[in-house]
Amino acid sequence: MIRILVTTDAIDIAAEQVSLEQGGAVATFTGLVRADDGVATLELEHYPGATEAALLRLAEQAVARWSLSAATIVHRVGPMHPGERIVFTGAASAHRAAALEACAFLIDRLKTDAPFWKREVVAGKGRWVEARESDDHAADRWR
Amino acid sequence: MQLLYFAWVRERIGMGGEEVSPPEAVETVADLVAWLSSRSDGHAAAFAKPARLRAAVDQAFVPLDTRIAGAREIAIFPPVTGG
Repeated sequence: MIRILVTTDAIDIAAEQVSLEQGGAVATFTGLVRADDGVATLELEHYPGATEAALLRLAEQAVARWSLSAATIVHRVGPMHPGERIVFTGAASAHRAAALEACAFLIDRLKTDAPFWKREVVAGKGRWVEARESDDHAADRWR
Repeated sequence: MQLLYFAWVRERIGMGGEEVSPPEAVETVADLVAWLSSRSDGHAAAFAKPARLRAAVDQAFVPLDTRIAGAREIAIFPPVTGG
């Protein structure tokens, strides 16, 4: 089972975890908004339609590569604040190794393959977050 | 064709998208970016450094040397920063 959700609502990780509990192992990743450099608000823009399609492709790849019983990607968009959940990825499989690897694949590749853009608001001024080379390297290890 | 702009590309141009009919000489996404640059100061500012741009043709990520013949929707945007 694949679940993809792009939402302005808070991410309910308890519900997401429960929906993944099929088979013998579940691995999940949750990303939180950091308060780096005094960030007060983080705004997430995305490309409606293309975003969901990109996430679905990633989940389908993970399911096929690691024979998962379930994969979930939830990404929040719109304005949010430090400490709030911005992204959740989860993978369910028969054993832990596949679940752990697939979960890492989902978040690593999401960072380079899905059309989201972060804008930070610091002291009332907005600035677009620059892409990081380290994210490209993290994604490349799965190619 | 329908163009879509995101993040600082959208902000500099001052709109989220526009409908355009480029001439036949505009064969690739890179050609399109160069052609669009003359439309306004905002376009020129957004497209000043093509190496900082990424694109999608009909919602699939593509390199800028991709041909655009037959494309319905082309999106131009900065490198992605989700997750």
